[in-house]
Amino acid sequence: MATTSIVVTETPLLTVLLRRADDALVLAHRLSEWTGHAPSLEEELALANLALDLIGQARGLYQYAGELSGFDEDQLAYLRDAGGFRNCLLVEQPNGDFARTIVRHVLFTAFSDAFWRAATASRDARLAAIAGKAEKETAYQLRYAGAWLVRLGDGTDESHRRAQEAVDWLWPYVGELFEVDDAEQAMIAAGVVPDAAALRDGWRRTVEGLLARATLRLPEDGAMQSGGRRGVHSEHLGHLLAEMQVLPRTYPGAQW
Amino acid sequence: MVAGAVPKDAVQKDAAENRRAAAWAAAASVPDPELPAVTIEDLGILRDVTLREDGRAEVTITPTYSGCPAMTVIAFDIVRAMDAAGFPDAVVRTVLAPAWSTDWLTAAAHRKLAEAGIAPPRPGAPACPRCGSATTETISPFGATACKALHRCLACREPFEAFKCH
Repeated sequence: MATTSIVVTETPLLTVLLRRADDALVLAHRLSEWTGHAPSLEEELALANLALDLIGQARGLYQYAGELSGFDEDQLAYLRDAGGFRNCLLVEQPNGDFARTIVRHVLFTAFSDAFWRAATASRDARLAAIAGKAEKETAYQLRYAGAWLVRLGDGTDESHRRAQEAVDWLWPYVGELFEVDDAEQAMIAAGVVPDAAALRDGWRRTVEGLLARATLRLPEDGAMQSGGRRGVHSEHLGHLLAEMQVLPRTYPGAQW
Repeated sequence: MVAGAVPKDAVQKDAAENRRAAAWAAAASVPDPELPAVTIEDLGILRDVTLREDGRAEVTITPTYSGCPAMTVIAFDIVRAMDAAGFPDAVVRTVLAPAWSTDWLTAAAHRKLAEAGIAPPRPGAPACPRCGSATTETISPFGATACKALHRCLACREPFEAFKCH
């Protein structure tokens, strides 16, 4: 019998930490799925490097969350069920083609770039230190993904079509990035995290600018998907976790 | 010494200072496992070395990138180097703030990287470490390690690695 799942008793601080940590870990796992399948060696290296930055950020956040929750970073990553994950739905969406992976990265990173930059002023010194590392890495990632978005959108007819399809397909997932619930509000009031809702206009300017350079159309803001931040996920997260967690759950305490 | 004895506490202070300097030198000699041409001191990864009350050395390091996979090896290499220099059971502590940037690279790091064929960081396009030409282009903003990118020299046509400006 495999190990029992853990359930974290969340405080507002733990909730907001797990949201950022889970965003980073889940997106890193998605990116790592490209290893061995990327369109070229250079992009294989690039995607693996993006994943590595995100895993580093996730570890810093899980270590902090671990000190508050009594679970260590590995337990938090490997022993929670999908319902315990607090990542946004955007980052768990399947890679699709290279265009969808790039568009997902632009949409998410345009948010996390603004978030980490603002979080360097957090009153929580630990989070501010993590943000100080993450903001540099995230800005670099946004430049990379943004440059690819422009090449794909303003490229061939096929790359343009695929990039536009990716933007349209992923758009319903962007609304969740800016949701502020009670836990988030409490931490905003305490000066721990920036107000995600207040980052929306800047995010929109960044994304609009990139889409315009890429000759891509900005979709209409219709109904948005929601749920990831409170553990209600798309079916895709369960499959991702099954692959990511199978080893530590099958062989508890396994060490490399 | 004829002019008079040196006060005893000054002698002890000198001895403590020498021992701390020896501890720093031991930690500072550790090469980066992924860039063996440079040490962790050259790269600005080594932040502090102190001698604790219990006699153990405490070495403080900072990662270049959040996910740098070399950190575990670096920590172990430090413990081994400290042990060999007479500081057994050294404690390695990791801090994130102030965040590392390429500004922490020493002048020695710039020189050693260039000698190893890795263009040191600078604003704008890196210079070719082989022919020195400033006319270079980026092949990929990411490379074989988190801290490097891939470039090509348009003068001598050789590809080369450059330290990312971070």
